[in-house]
Amino acid sequence: MINKDLVLSIKELRAGFGNAEIVKGVSMDIHRKDLVALIGPSGCGKSTFLRCLNRLHEETEGAWVKGKAELFQQDLYERGTDPVEIRAKIGMVFQKPNPFPSMSIFDNVAAGLTIRGIKKRSYVADVVEYCLKQAALWEEVKDKLKAPGTSLSGGQQQRLCIARTLAISPPVILMDEPTSALDPISTAKIEELIMELRKQVTIIIVTHNMQQAARISDKTAFFLLGELIEFGATAEVFTKPQEKKTESYITGRFG
Amino acid sequence: MKPRHSYLMLELSTERKIRNWAALIIISVMAISAIVPLFFVFVHVIKSGLPALNWAFFTSLPTPVGQPGGGMANSLWGSLILVTLGSIIGIPIGVFGGVFLSEYGKGKIAFIMRFVVDLLTSVPSIVVGLYIYSVVVVPTKTFSAYAGGLALSILMFPFVVKTTEEVLRLIPQHIREAGLALGIPRWRVILSIVLKGALPSVTTGIMLGIARIAGETAPLLFTAFGNRFWPHGLGEPMPSLPVQIYSYAISPFDEWHNQAWAGAFLLMTMVFCFNLVARLLIFRDKPSQTL
Ligand SMILES: Nc1ncnc2c1ncn2[C@@H]1O[C@H](COP(=O)(O)OP(=O)(O)OP(=O)(O)O)[C@@H](O)[C@H]1O
Ligand SMILES: [Mg+2]
Repeated sequence: MINKDLVLSIKELRAGFGNAEIVKGVSMDIHRKDLVALIGPSGCGKSTFLRCLNRLHEETEGAWVKGKAELFQQDLYERGTDPVEIRAKIGMVFQKPNPFPSMSIFDNVAAGLTIRGIKKRSYVADVVEYCLKQAALWEEVKDKLKAPGTSLSGGQQQRLCIARTLAISPPVILMDEPTSALDPISTAKIEELIMELRKQVTIIIVTHNMQQAARISDKTAFFLLGELIEFGATAEVFTKPQEKKTESYITGRFG
Repeated sequence: MKPRHSYLMLELSTERKIRNWAALIIISVMAISAIVPLFFVFVHVIKSGLPALNWAFFTSLPTPVGQPGGGMANSLWGSLILVTLGSIIGIPIGVFGGVFLSEYGKGKIAFIMRFVVDLLTSVPSIVVGLYIYSVVVVPTKTFSAYAGGLALSILMFPFVVKTTEEVLRLIPQHIREAGLALGIPRWRVILSIVLKGALPSVTTGIMLGIARIAGETAPLLFTAFGNRFWPHGLGEPMPSLPVQIYSYAISPFDEWHNQAWAGAFLLMTMVFCFNLVARLLIFRDKPSQTL
């Protein structure tokens, strides 16, 4: 039976670098329009796990992956699967805002389309405007679309990066601590934006900010030393965690 | 306790000030002693070259010995052709070599390539000239613009490879990842994002490379050779500014000496302008780039 609501199905996923195993057999199912927060102490493998899901992990030297991860029933790591195709379906927003250098605001958002060969100007312009509006950046940049992307403030750059990801309209977006380099006001704007986006997109967000996880997510996954300790509704995980380790972490005894 | 403490601080800071001054003076003396000779060379070349420079210099062919006037129009034109040829061969090899080393430069091939490029940058230019003489000029039985351009390209491309590799490495890894994460194939990320992002700096490297070969004499002596007429075709000997300066400078005629100075002045000015534009290009681009 095909479960149409099952977006990502991860089974016994293991990943690491060389001899080190960083992700140690993680299994979880993520459903349509879920907003999942990944929490856990620094170095527990959240970023590594996330990067396995869009096949970016393998870009690092010595990286390896085992196990299964399926996007809409398609195994991401099946032989013959093109990572380029996978990445087009699973967008990613990084910790540090990283607009493309020497590219205008417009070109940054359009990059995913134009570089992959979609050149029709009117169409691209429409997409750029739409995505900048979705990323709540349009009003701030509509008069200077030709200015370099790097000329914006950090918070604006991060929203630009989100718009850039939206332009390829992926059903899933991964965010690795998207607000940790930003001030509280920019953070609030991005959170608002995420709340808006979640109506259409499945989002997995790594965060060190417990309040943020509690505020925006509806499911929370707690990682510790490469293992998934607990995964459940955010309200449950934060108020009555099943595991002792989760409770200690949330109440601040380690991490 | 307190007075003693502040007394110590004061002493320390006076000492530090003196040391600061001493360092500044030494550095300034060094800098000036590097600039002064350059300044004298400039002044001398300008003083000797400028008066000999006139309209005819740019428009006429060299005249026979004893006949006044004439110019180096053919050499100017020839230099332009030779440098263009050298660039057409050298720039693509240089840029793509640099891209390869920066983006795929991990295995054995890259190691060997890097080693060869390092070697090539230190090979004396006359050796490059001799090499092209033996592999191109001798078999084809003629000096030619092709041979000259080839020799220049061999001098140019290692430099462009090195600068391109260096500036591409300045583009952080997470920029490449951002491109990959959009579902853009790796080679397109490299061309349309990494290389494009570093284009101003890559261009600077190319311009410095051109400035470098524009003044080369040794590699052209036995390759393009030179003549006293308008360039005919690329398969024939090709005059060039540096070689013309060289042959006039070693001649016994005052008239020719003056022309050599004029040529030297022109060459120096052109190379200077190229360098200046190259530097300005970096400068202009700096503020907007947060790498
Ligand atoms: N390129 C690499 N080679 C080897 N080990 C690495 C590499 N990158 C990361 N690691 C190791 O993998 C482990 C997990 O890193 P990861 O970035 O996934 O943690 P994280 O949970 O995202 O931490 P943080 O919250 O600090 O971002 C760390 O112990 C780190 O040392
Ligand atoms: Mg991380």
